[in-house]
Amino acid sequence: MSVAGDAFALLRGDVQADRVVPRTGQAARLSVLTSAAMAFLAVFAMALSMASGRLADRWSSALAQSSTIRISAPAAELEAQTWAVLTVLEQTPGIDSARAITEEEQRALLTPWFGPELPVEDLPVPRLIEIVETPEGYDADGLRQRLAAEAPGAVLDDHTRWRRPLVEAAGRLRLLGWISLGLIAVATGAMVTLAAQAALSANEQVIRVLRLVGARDAYIARAFVRRFTLRTLTGAAAGTAAGMVGIALLPRADAAASFLTGLGYSGLAWLWPLMIPPLAALVAFAATRIAAFRTLRALQ
Amino acid sequence: MIAMQDAAYGYGSEPLLSGLTLELAPGSFYFLTGPSGAGKTTFLKLCYAELLPTSGRVSLLGQDAGSIGRDEVADLRARIGVVHQDCQFLDHLPTEENISLPLTVTGRATPAHQNDLAELVAWVGLSARARALPPELSGGERQRAALARAVIMDPEIILADEPTGNVDWEMSLRLLQLLVELNRMGKTVLIATHDLALIRAAKSQVQARVLRIKDGNVAIAGADL
Repeated sequence: MSVAGDAFALLRGDVQADRVVPRTGQAARLSVLTSAAMAFLAVFAMALSMASGRLADRWSSALAQSSTIRISAPAAELEAQTWAVLTVLEQTPGIDSARAITEEEQRALLTPWFGPELPVEDLPVPRLIEIVETPEGYDADGLRQRLAAEAPGAVLDDHTRWRRPLVEAAGRLRLLGWISLGLIAVATGAMVTLAAQAALSANEQVIRVLRLVGARDAYIARAFVRRFTLRTLTGAAAGTAAGMVGIALLPRADAAASFLTGLGYSGLAWLWPLMIPPLAALVAFAATRIAAFRTLRALQ
Repeated sequence: MIAMQDAAYGYGSEPLLSGLTLELAPGSFYFLTGPSGAGKTTFLKLCYAELLPTSGRVSLLGQDAGSIGRDEVADLRARIGVVHQDCQFLDHLPTEENISLPLTVTGRATPAHQNDLAELVAWVGLSARARALPPELSGGERQRAALARAVIMDPEIILADEPTGNVDWEMSLRLLQLLVELNRMGKTVLIATHDLALIRAAKSQVQARVLRIKDGNVAIAGADL
């Protein structure tokens, strides 16, 4: 019988076929328990992956939309160069707005390091200009060349240097999450295969009798495949439910913990973990079917 | 039916059976005799494709056993009823479910078959024991249940491996009677046995031929008993 036929037979069910293979209590309990544990872990791996994705997107978009120009010049030229830079920026396509950081804002930025009494106006602190880009962005190389000509003390920092490693780190964390999900799927498949092989070995005499009375391999395999698929589905459903409850009970990440964007699901993302039980059942279906036919081919 | 051409089978380097050339005629009644270990069970296994010949050719119901696929072997076994020496039951299923197992595994078990099943169970005298598990049955009951299972698919051939090996004489005669009835219905029957008394007892009921295994070969011992 074809894979599709087996899948349909699995959904339709066959009470008599289910009865021909004796139930093995301990193996059944263990496979349900292991499936539940794997699904529980999968829910967290998926949540981690999604949280990492959000983190990467947030860092990427937040930092990509802003740049800074630092002007280091003698006090007499500072104001002129600042105006020159702002004029250049006004004429540069892709820049939404630009403004010089005020002394109060600079003081606020430096306060954590030098304290509130810092006389910013007496220090040779560079002037900072904050740039907000349009969604299309600007030509950073072209802007640097114009700044070099119009304001030699101006240095453009588009945040690329320190944005890239952060985004890469978050991206890798997301990749690790997906790899973890893949490994969980492989481990589930291996576990189900081992359990199916154990069940097939334990029932070798039953299989022999079924063959002797005219059962085709597909019929015998189906009895095992259906059992292990349903066990895995049941276990995975329980594990997924427990994992989702666990995620829902996690403390919410607030502004104070902004680095943690919240290890959880939001909105429609809660539908994603619901994919885990059917996927686990699919893995079990394939693993048991392969194991069953391999075992049956060894018997005449 | 079943035909062999220079067929041989061995479990090691030495063949247990060799040079088997014979043909079982439809509707006939055969006994297969020979000492223990001579190869009676092996011969029967060649007749329902549990074993394939190491050389030569075995034809089962017109199909070369050596060249058919696993599904075709399964289909053949639905047309060849076998009573195994050790009965080969599923111990976790009641006797009546064991008897109807060939129908179940081939997808032919329908509610309409329940009456046929009840009749068959009554025919072998197991109506009162239909819900008993196989380990709860006596040797004779097990053999009768195995015979009922062998015929539930209405096979063309019935093979029985020492069906009276573990039962008393009275039960042996009863089993023989059932097999003779099946032969009268047109079934080809082949019984492997070393019980010569059983063969002699069959003389009054059926015209049987005796195949004798000697020195690894099978020869027809006589047209009549």
